[in-house]
Amino acid sequence: MNNQLYDKLIFELSHEGRQGYSLPDAAVEFHGFGMPAGLLREKPARLPECDELTVVRHYTNMSNNNFGVDTGFYPLGSCTMKYNPKVDEVLSGVFAEVHPASPDEHVQGVLKMYRELQRALSEIAGMAEFTLNPYAGAHGELTGLMIMRRYHELRGDAGRTRVIVPDSAHGTNPASAAVAGLEVVVVKSREDGTVDVEALKPLLDNTIAGMMMTNPNTLGIFEHNIKEIASLVHAAGGLMYYDGANLNPLLGRCRPGDLGFDIMHINLHKTFSTPHGGGGPGAGPVGVRAGLENLLPSPRVIFDEKAGIYRRARTAETMGNVTGGAGNVGVLVRALAYILTLGREHIKSVGPLATLNANYIKERLKDVYELPLEGVCKHEFVFDGLKDKSTGVTTLNVAKRLLDYGFHAPTIYFPLLFHEAMMIEPTESESLETLDAFIDAMRRIAAEALSDPEMVKTAPHATPVCRPDDTAAALKQEVTLDLIKQA
Amino acid sequence: MAFKYFPHTGQDIDTMLRAVGMSSLDELYSDIPDELQLHRDYDLPKAMSEQELRAHFADLASLNTPFRACFAGNGVYDHYTPAVVEEITRRSEFLTGYTPYQAEVSQGTLQYIFEFQTMMARLTGMEVSNASMYDGTTATAEAMMMTVASARKRNKVLYSATLPRKVQRVLDTYAHYHGITLTRLPEDCNGVTSRESLDEQLAAGDVAGVIVAQPNRYGIVEDYTGWADAVHGAGSMLVMHCVANTLAVLRTPGEWGADVAAGDGQSLGIPVGFGGPHVGFMCTSKKHIRKLPGRIVGATTDALGRRSFVLTLQAREQHIRREKATSNICSNQSLMALFVTVYMSLMGDKGLREVNERGYSGAHYLAENLVASGNFKLCYPDSPFLNEFVVETTAPEPSLEQRCSKAVRNGILPGFILGGNRLLIAVTERQSRQDLDDLLTFLD
Repeated sequence: MNNQLYDKLIFELSHEGRQGYSLPDAAVEFHGFGMPAGLLREKPARLPECDELTVVRHYTNMSNNNFGVDTGFYPLGSCTMKYNPKVDEVLSGVFAEVHPASPDEHVQGVLKMYRELQRALSEIAGMAEFTLNPYAGAHGELTGLMIMRRYHELRGDAGRTRVIVPDSAHGTNPASAAVAGLEVVVVKSREDGTVDVEALKPLLDNTIAGMMMTNPNTLGIFEHNIKEIASLVHAAGGLMYYDGANLNPLLGRCRPGDLGFDIMHINLHKTFSTPHGGGGPGAGPVGVRAGLENLLPSPRVIFDEKAGIYRRARTAETMGNVTGGAGNVGVLVRALAYILTLGREHIKSVGPLATLNANYIKERLKDVYELPLEGVCKHEFVFDGLKDKSTGVTTLNVAKRLLDYGFHAPTIYFPLLFHEAMMIEPTESESLETLDAFIDAMRRIAAEALSDPEMVKTAPHATPVCRPDDTAAALKQEVTLDLIKQA
Repeated sequence: MAFKYFPHTGQDIDTMLRAVGMSSLDELYSDIPDELQLHRDYDLPKAMSEQELRAHFADLASLNTPFRACFAGNGVYDHYTPAVVEEITRRSEFLTGYTPYQAEVSQGTLQYIFEFQTMMARLTGMEVSNASMYDGTTATAEAMMMTVASARKRNKVLYSATLPRKVQRVLDTYAHYHGITLTRLPEDCNGVTSRESLDEQLAAGDVAGVIVAQPNRYGIVEDYTGWADAVHGAGSMLVMHCVANTLAVLRTPGEWGADVAAGDGQSLGIPVGFGGPHVGFMCTSKKHIRKLPGRIVGATTDALGRRSFVLTLQAREQHIRREKATSNICSNQSLMALFVTVYMSLMGDKGLREVNERGYSGAHYLAENLVASGNFKLCYPDSPFLNEFVVETTAPEPSLEQRCSKAVRNGILPGFILGGNRLLIAVTERQSRQDLDDLLTFLD
């Protein structure tokens, strides 16, 4: 990344008469669209007209305004920004030319890849079966909650329309519940950030479809009462849903299926190293325990023992369809490549090394940043702002100042349990030197907050742009170039 | 145990353990009850080297039947991807970046999303666009929920039987759990949505939204003259599910008076890729912007007065509004939005128009010759189509399946069998004259 702003828009580089493509001669001569003029577009779309190099330079220059994992360290809580291996990228297009409408017998390679990844995820998560269809973590949550509802529906237990969500949960949990037609019941956390079992008990009745949890929770604390929580929810007739956003620290050490969870999703773009792509495409495979396999969405990739081939199947009990095809295949390929590269020898080190990195940062910074919860954390932890808040330097200011030092900001103002939350998650990809450099930057910022608070409050200073005006953006709503021109 | 993705040496681990006051990695898990821990290795294959990994995927790929020409469509179209597009989308600054919450270090991502929004708005003839959706089916499902959220006390939505089946299935699923009553508008003998049934259904005054397709599941370009007025007259919203590439030549959702345009952008040069990753889009008018799901990028200025871009109107979203959000969508398909943005930058109006002309003339050439062969008839001879159409076998022997198998054995995927001896055939700029003639020969 450089700190020179490249702010041209492709439309501003467009010149009438230029073109950036070549096509073969027409297979059949064109003599006009033989349909009523009323069915055709009246005015052209006004897409850019550019030669090829102009397009290449434009997007290359634009990319220089971006930070990525390949640029530097992301201490971004709950996002698991680990290294995205290059060989996985090379392999990701291996099925690019396979059309989804091809009959099953012609796509056995793709379907076998599905089975391999389904088997691997099931083993890692301790689940009986996985669907790879959901496109993202939140999409996986939604699919999982629909499976939960389907389970009760098939049992004739239609009155279960409420789901319990801890107050520390990711925002997608309650949002997914609402889309799945469930009412959210919030359960409070205790002082130590874990679910208050006593507060949970009175919430459990025959209107409860289940409970959503992430473990470790968003404070990086392992919910050690999980077995008790699961038995309480099960005894009340509900199912346990595992939000896999925080799965990384458990790799090699602990399986959600063994903790009493019935349904879960995994963010392949977190734990299984597929790139975030600036906000997708990701993938959110959903796993279920034994007995729930037939409720998975369609199409479901299975191996048909009788016929000896892999198939896309539809069960009578399926919860339905949540995708046009069978998921983000290019993302699935990358995740399988990652798992096969680590293999059983190395995958077990992922959790411990990620956990070690998090604890190392926490211990080395807790004298200058406020650590509300002492004790061992898992993959991430939360600071409640600077220890010395006397100069009014906020978490937002610290986050922005970090950008000047060449680090991405942590996740800030989440979870909502603390006013100045700063959620830090390194991953196993980061070296001791990188962590030390980050710690050093954080300590320098803490010192700057006392010596030159104005400078910290007006950060960042070395980025392509500086504190864009969010309020003006929301007021003006200029979300296309044409809306700017109208204004 | 050195491994290429872990930088930790034994000495590093010792140094760090000392700093956290622990003696072993196991101690980091002392908070997890022992009986909940996994005391064995996963039952997974042994680690593969890069060479072994490549060989493994090459083996998998070899199990697929390669086709030299693909006439399958059904919502996923085999267009050519210019080299520039993949080169740009593979740039690690775009590929490995996070969602652009930190605007100062994400102007690259924010800027291309702004371009994507501008292009999609222009292509659909609508005022605003979001930053992308997962795919065309989920984008349409989100549009369905948007009409219900906008209408407040109505929860009934009508959808046309001519929507692609996979869109219908996703709508059915989302509606079932979300508590929306869906009613299907039947198709008539010409393969287009029944206008009569629309008027009947709207009469009750309880419809939140109406969802139609353009082109529809048979490739037919439907005439929606008067639909927007009828739908609006009943206080409902009109949603149009579209194939992005065709919008370069077909009357746009904006021109038809639709309130929401939703669909898949795959046809803008994204490889068929067994169905993903593709990219959904959703556009609407300015007055509905606060009901849009997903991320939206807006223009603004920074502290030094320079034009810059930010994620805006975030108060609609799940991380702020939680269960009251317009949608649960968090990550979308950002990189695929870049993919189609670069594609459209190269192609321009002229390129997209030429692509559609080739699809049109190739499809009509096939249709005419299949009918002329005497073995096929057009299922909907009176309905106009662009680059996709349905034929039905008229001769009892050989069967459609036998004819298709012959094409497959000869390296051609002939289309998508709809059932009832009907074959859906799509043509793009990728098929040569030879491919077209070969298909005619093998289906004969």
